[in-house]
Amino acid sequence: MTDAATVPREVTDSPEEEQDPLLRITDLAIDYRTGRRQWTPAVRGASLHVDTGEFVSLVGESGSGKTTLIQGALGLLPTSARIRAGSIAYSGVDVTGWNDQRMALVRGNYVGFIPQDPNTSLNPVKKIGQQVIEAVRFNEPKAGNAAQHKEAALESLRTAGLKDTERVFQQYPHELSGGMKQRALIAVALAGKPKIIVADEPTSALDVTVQKVILDHLVGLREELGIGILLVTHNLGVALDRSDRILVMQDGEIVEEGPVRQVLGNATNDYTRRLLDAAPARHIGRLEPTSGAPSMPAAASAVLEARVLTKTYHLRGRGRRRELRALDTTDLVVRKGTTHAIVGESGAGKSTLASILVGFTSADSGTVHIGGRELTGLHRSQLRQIRRDLQFVFQNPFTSLDPRFTVSKIIAEPLHAFGLATSKQERTARVVELLKAVALDESYLHRLPSQLSGGQRQRVAIARALALNPEILVLDEAVSALDVSVQAQILQLLVDLQAQFGLSYVFVTHDLGVVRLISDDVTVMKGGVVVETGSVEQVFRSPQHEYTRELLAAIPGARVALAGAS
Amino acid sequence: MTVELDTPGTSAAPAATAAGEWSGFARSLPKRLSELGQQPILVVSWIIVLVVIGWAIAPDLFTSYSPYDGNTNASFVPPSAEHWFGTDRLGRDLFARSVYGARTTLTATLLAVLVAFGIGTVVGLVAGFAGGFVDTAIMRVVDVFLAIPSLLLAMVVVSVLGYSTHNIALAVGISSIASFARVMRAEVLAVVTQDYVKAAYGLGVGRLGVMVKHVVPNSLSSVIALAALEVGTAVLAVASLGFLGYGAPPPEPEWGLLVAEGRDYVAVHPWASIMPGVALAIVVIATHRISTSFRKDHRR
Amino acid sequence: MLRYVALKIGRALFVVWAAFTLTFVLLFVLPANPVDLLFDPAEINAIPPEVRERVAANYGFNKPVILQYLDRLGHALTGDFGNSVQSGRPVTAAILDMLPSTLVLASGALALALLIAFVIAFVATSTRREWVRNLVEALPSGAVSVPVFLSGILILQIFSFRLGWFPAFGDEGAKSVVLPLVTLAIPVSGPIAQLLVRSFATEFHSGYVTTSWAKGATRSGIIIGDVFRNASLPALTIASITFGNLIAGSVITETVFARKGIGRLTQTAIDTLDVPLVQGIVVFVAAIFALINLIVDLNYPLLDPRLRATLAVSTPRAA
Repeated sequence: MTDAATVPREVTDSPEEEQDPLLRITDLAIDYRTGRRQWTPAVRGASLHVDTGEFVSLVGESGSGKTTLIQGALGLLPTSARIRAGSIAYSGVDVTGWNDQRMALVRGNYVGFIPQDPNTSLNPVKKIGQQVIEAVRFNEPKAGNAAQHKEAALESLRTAGLKDTERVFQQYPHELSGGMKQRALIAVALAGKPKIIVADEPTSALDVTVQKVILDHLVGLREELGIGILLVTHNLGVALDRSDRILVMQDGEIVEEGPVRQVLGNATNDYTRRLLDAAPARHIGRLEPTSGAPSMPAAASAVLEARVLTKTYHLRGRGRRRELRALDTTDLVVRKGTTHAIVGESGAGKSTLASILVGFTSADSGTVHIGGRELTGLHRSQLRQIRRDLQFVFQNPFTSLDPRFTVSKIIAEPLHAFGLATSKQERTARVVELLKAVALDESYLHRLPSQLSGGQRQRVAIARALALNPEILVLDEAVSALDVSVQAQILQLLVDLQAQFGLSYVFVTHDLGVVRLISDDVTVMKGGVVVETGSVEQVFRSPQHEYTRELLAAIPGARVALAGAS
Repeated sequence: MTVELDTPGTSAAPAATAAGEWSGFARSLPKRLSELGQQPILVVSWIIVLVVIGWAIAPDLFTSYSPYDGNTNASFVPPSAEHWFGTDRLGRDLFARSVYGARTTLTATLLAVLVAFGIGTVVGLVAGFAGGFVDTAIMRVVDVFLAIPSLLLAMVVVSVLGYSTHNIALAVGISSIASFARVMRAEVLAVVTQDYVKAAYGLGVGRLGVMVKHVVPNSLSSVIALAALEVGTAVLAVASLGFLGYGAPPPEPEWGLLVAEGRDYVAVHPWASIMPGVALAIVVIATHRISTSFRKDHRR
Repeated sequence: MLRYVALKIGRALFVVWAAFTLTFVLLFVLPANPVDLLFDPAEINAIPPEVRERVAANYGFNKPVILQYLDRLGHALTGDFGNSVQSGRPVTAAILDMLPSTLVLASGALALALLIAFVIAFVATSTRREWVRNLVEALPSGAVSVPVFLSGILILQIFSFRLGWFPAFGDEGAKSVVLPLVTLAIPVSGPIAQLLVRSFATEFHSGYVTTSWAKGATRSGIIIGDVFRNASLPALTIASITFGNLIAGSVITETVFARKGIGRLTQTAIDTLDVPLVQGIVVFVAAIFALINLIVDLNYPLLDPRLRATLAVSTPRAA
């Protein structure tokens, strides 16, 4: 949309600044100390620059070194890291190797920083106003008085897009929502009147609708204040939607660089192309099983049916009791052999619903039927038998596997519990069979979870869930903690398994983009209430509810989708 | 934070830090040994502790003097090649008395830690796992035990049971039950909310099975670290009670008592109390160093 | 909020009551013949039976246990724990007599311990030299490892006998309190310093400190402005450990330096099996402990706005 050239230059004070970019990193190499005299490179000779009024994105998956790179640029590296080679220059001033004292003059004043997690990035025991005032005070050229500081801080909060700034000024961080906290942090970053803002995954911890608003606001600031912005993100869709220029980072190196259109049109790098292909927005329809066997029974019978489920949490507070209605008269029907996605932002009640379905939580009222049998009011042992048919896969594969169990013990656990495959050979054979089903082999049998990558762990978790031959899998954000490329592989695996075993999925997610890849039906929830339900086709094409439309509009990667379609 | 790039775990996600916590268990023995080689102080600490355990098991291998009989003509001989720690008023070799004293003190310590660990862990497990009323009731009782400083409680217990090293051990053990119970309960509560415990329930594992297979093994590591720390604390507590005179009667060598015996002559013959005291302090410092390494092992 | 305060006060009262009951069971019920405890063990056989009976009646040991308990509890509620067996004085008066001396020693030692702990934490956090940090971080674990009776004797040896700077024993004048105070401060400072070093490090690496760096704050500005306050709060959570260390430490310190105080009183009471006095001291100590904890609990929300919020809203009671 906006090219760097068309942005008005109102902040240029001196002629040199026209030539030198706001930030130029040249051949930067950063190592981490991994032993006594051992150093492991995290960034290997990366170069980048950001010009005035430019919106540049640095994209990479976890472990790519993108965060280390910008920590280096801001002089915020942990003590275990060192800059081995290269230079960092702000407007031509080389700041490489500057100590904290000197860097303090650059930080805030020249470069503002928006951190990743708004929930931990504000001092919990200081009022917002004080925290913004500090940023003003540290960076003003000549000492001002308290009233001026306050005015500047309020102004900064307003610029960050907060309404009712006077009230926010007096509040503590825990009294604000995630989005408001992130705006407060933007205000902190702006308070020093910097020329460039570096944002490290500023919206990863936020809901998708809030993410959109915050990112749009950043774009607006770029235009309004004429500052440069360097956005670091794992989400290629987010980057492509708003940037002028994109850099892709892998294993500490910049592997791709160019204007958005060029990267979209003809990415030179293999990894970039893979990332683009893995982006959910690239895919219009549902993934096909690799075997080619068509799934989708057109009019399948209901395998799971939940009726008017209600769950209220009682909050103990002073005086009167407060209640939180987590789930309000919710219905859900899952057809046999299909995937039903439950979509919503945090607090939508989708996780409560999932844990009621599998029996981790009990509902206050309502019924759950599985294949015609009613679960409500069943005896413990009967419930246990039925629950064999319904298994659960957790969001975080790093916490859902006992760190002391080997892979074979983990997968064999349900077999033990139900006294299946009693002989040792039988059990091992079954475990290997399950491992193969999730595309792992025998060599993993004796590994511990800590020796596996995130994707491998999630495969093990799925294998474990399949051990009892369940009919239904409830997947709670099962791919949300994974990198995009790994996420794509797991989704494909799920689709294949569904075709192979005729499984039905309840797929809980906050990511509408993923829904399109795997689901047949979708239920959209907000505040414990179902706002819309229907086939994916119907909901995506003609959403009936305003909130669904809002969610759909917030899916990042509109540009990827366009490029993919063309 | 150590970054282990050789394991695939680190390539994935910021969640790897949570996983890194457990990488300690996956490390192989040679790797552990080579790590040990990089920490000379830890090695020295282990040597000290092993030597002192040797004292307790076979004291006569370490000294040829008797701990009870002395040469009254050679009373208060300063430390020398012949008498490493010097001699006391009765001319007894203080090094020999320290070596033989290791058995008294260490046995008492071991007993104390076993009592505290055994009872405390079970109490904490029951409280944390049962929850509800049982938990509340247990924890209120634990509160009371925590409210009475452990040395004071141990003194009261020993005064009821009678003065002896075994009773000191029991008293010290009883007075530390509460802190074990509290740590175990906190760990159990933390482990119970972990996804893998929920997952086990979902897979049809019963309550007892979950407790035995998942909750206990995963909660124990911090309690074991506490037990290692408690060894040092218990040595101190046992010696302190011995110093105050609640332990074995005088001819018996016991570390706290050795210091107390020398105390009357501290102005003129300082070594008589300082040498055994310093030996005691070194042992406690060594056990602390080792317990810290336990804690680090399971934290990182 | 009112509910919170009531709950905390209720717990404090419970602790004191339970300490009373526990000591009653330990000292009056468990011993086979509690009257024996009232006499010097050495002379126990020389005491004529009628004297024993008179004493037993005097202490109410011939009544049923439950009546004895209620009787003692009733008196204890009015602050009457009976008379000391040895001195014959009221237990409460004996404790109150000794209190000022110990109070001076303990509060002085606590202040010094806090100073030492904060200095250690500050140095460990602010230094950029690895070896300085390692050295400073090793100090607290040394402080908890050296037995109080040894450090007392060493300090006595060096500063009194060798250098002659301070008097060795007694409790006359301000100078006599210096050595005991230092001796007591060392073990008390250890756990506090360990906790502070840890929480300073945690806070120093937390997200909001990164934000402060990015604002352009300096290292000292961050340590004083952000880390100090947030990291000091957890120190309150080990108030109970600190208190226990102070009591245990003063028993030994007062013995080593031959000072009068609660610690010495406790030791004498135990040595002479002065049962009423022992019970009085234990309940007294538990009461102070409960009071300290109550003050900490009630003040914590004032210091931490997050806790204020959770008290108002509180977490869901999830199944």
